[in-house]
Amino acid sequence: MLSFVIRRLGTMALTMLCLTMIVFFLINLEPNLKKLAISQTEMHTSAEQLEGWLANHGYRQNFFVRYGQWLGVLPKQPVTDPTTGKPAQRFTFCNDPVVPTFSGVIEGDFGCSTKFKATVASKLFPALGATGILMFWVLAVMVPISLLIGILAGMREGSRTDRVLSVASIASTATPEYVSGVIFTVIFASWLGWLNGSAASASQGITFYNFTLPVMTLAIYGIGYIARMTRASMVEVMTQQYIRTARLKGLSFGSVVVKHALRNALIAPFTVIMLQFPWLLTGVVIVEVMFRYQGFGYTLVEAAGNNDIDLLLGCSLVSVFIVLITQLISDVGYAFLNPRIRVQ
Amino acid sequence: MQVEYISAVNVVLGVLSRFWPVWIALVIVMGASFAYKKKLALYGQLFDSGVGIVGVGICLFWLFTAIFASTISPFDPLAQVPIMKDVLPGGIEPQSGLVYLFGGDKLARDVFSRMVYGSQIVLIIAPAATGFALMVGITLGLPAGYYGGKIDTVLSFLANLVLAFPVILLFYLLVTPGIMDTPIPYALAGVFFLFPIIFFSVLFWTRYKNRPDRIYILLGLTLVIGGWIYLGLVFDKDPLHIVHIDPNQLNIFVAVVFASSPGVFRIVRGLTMDIKTRDYVAAAQTRGESPWYIMLWEILPNARGPLIVDACLRIGYTTILLGTLGYFGLGLAPESPDWGTAIKDASRLLRSFIHPALPPTIALMSFVLGLNLLADSLREQSMKD
Repeated sequence: MLSFVIRRLGTMALTMLCLTMIVFFLINLEPNLKKLAISQTEMHTSAEQLEGWLANHGYRQNFFVRYGQWLGVLPKQPVTDPTTGKPAQRFTFCNDPVVPTFSGVIEGDFGCSTKFKATVASKLFPALGATGILMFWVLAVMVPISLLIGILAGMREGSRTDRVLSVASIASTATPEYVSGVIFTVIFASWLGWLNGSAASASQGITFYNFTLPVMTLAIYGIGYIARMTRASMVEVMTQQYIRTARLKGLSFGSVVVKHALRNALIAPFTVIMLQFPWLLTGVVIVEVMFRYQGFGYTLVEAAGNNDIDLLLGCSLVSVFIVLITQLISDVGYAFLNPRIRVQ
Repeated sequence: MQVEYISAVNVVLGVLSRFWPVWIALVIVMGASFAYKKKLALYGQLFDSGVGIVGVGICLFWLFTAIFASTISPFDPLAQVPIMKDVLPGGIEPQSGLVYLFGGDKLARDVFSRMVYGSQIVLIIAPAATGFALMVGITLGLPAGYYGGKIDTVLSFLANLVLAFPVILLFYLLVTPGIMDTPIPYALAGVFFLFPIIFFSVLFWTRYKNRPDRIYILLGLTLVIGGWIYLGLVFDKDPLHIVHIDPNQLNIFVAVVFASSPGVFRIVRGLTMDIKTRDYVAAAQTRGESPWYIMLWEILPNARGPLIVDACLRIGYTTILLGTLGYFGLGLAPESPDWGTAIKDASRLLRSFIHPALPPTIALMSFVLGLNLLADSLREQSMKD
């Protein structure tokens, strides 16, 4: 088991290295750098001045050198002030060092956000916290509801309950966040006026009034998927010999479902819930933009829209890390929950 | 000047009557399918269940809407009639006397016509992108599952690399206006569009290599048609100027294929690993068939059930992806009538007007729902066998 986890962690590190390098390459394409230089200098700057800005802020160094600096395996060089010729801070608003230092992701320095004029860490981690709260409520709503739907549907395959719930879960998987968000806003905010169509005020304090719509919107897409997986797993378990034995022993249907079937039927949904995180990540971006909630997704869109290199790299590092770590947890957890695999 | 309105009942009747070519086509196709369902194998079996009928019906409805879009829509999707700005459903356009059935949006365009034309964009890009993703996934997934070992390790690592990318981040990186100045989208297109040509060439070669009368015709056709489309799509140098794609559409297309082919790869790989242990594969190996013959003519046909189901779900998923792209304003032109862009435009103004938001959302939802129902009933039918 331990060697399996270590091997997986090794693959994970390699994957993250490859992915960040790809992201680094794509963000640093020539048109993107041009856009960054234009947005960071004053209006009507000549092409030479733009080029000068890029060179002066270290964007013209060798690709691998810059990647190494970002990673923290090569020292970050201070820029040279063109007027005095002395080393100067690269970005004054981030308090960059004036002497060459190893200061990259490995050392815990995520760099400097050019859009927000602050360090990436000071921007990214509060946003992650805000998204964490959103995610907590989404999972708290999504998991119990979807498991309940799945179990009720899978308990008696082919019954009327099963048909109705199955079609309902198919419908929910056909409703992406930007569709359900609009429909819910129309019904609950514009029409009934019960809920707030914007979650901008949720940064100050979460209330039922401003937080229900984002949570609902985000949960609905996942509910259908998890419910269908739970149903499939439940249906399979209900056809097993030991369920028949338990029924023939004279146990009631309810106690067979709760005591014998449930435990085994919930192994597969666990994996599915874990693998749902990457999907939730896309959903988070849509929902946070739609309801103006200042979380991780909102930051990602701001970073991508303004070509904020370090911030976008930080965002991608975090999201890739989340995807990979949930994959690892789902594999390890699956092996842990399923005795047949654990013994091997 | 005041805009006059027709009543809600007349709006409903108007919408139903605008769709007349679709109803006729639907009646003909559904009627024919019912009459001959015994002879239509898997497709015919779909008509045994209510879910299947509804699924086929919705999918065909949007297919015919896309085909007859110019007949159905009363207005040009880009035409702006200033007086009709933000008009409510049922407003009569004074000049032509035609009705803005679902009202006008903030740029005074007809919401109904835009919804109808939006279906064209979705129904061209989504199935085509899924088709290419299938080709890429199959061509790479078969050897990975069949040979295993190093090929499998490398290809699986690459697939997992792409799958570990959150889709939205991938799109923000791959579908930006700036990237069209670089050769990256064209290089990716050059690689992806090569796969169908390779696939069909190998397919025909392994089967007919000892039958010169067939092989030359089939290979020649593949190379000529494939090469022609390839030239048109990747280099935009189609000598006849028939095959043409806008650079930003190519960019979207490539990004969507890129995002969804690893999923196909994983499924094909899993299926191949399962099927290669069967007796008929062992029999083919004993006969001395070449590995690619076994993969393409023994394993692939037996994996078709799950693949068809997956393809249906994937078209739906691609539709959702296209909507996401439109919602974030990536790739598609800002005035494009596709559903995602329409939802983005309308959702910003929900506080004042809700009518421009509902048609595209319901259209997108119903189309994806139709595909999901279709996939579900296909899965059920193929399990019965």
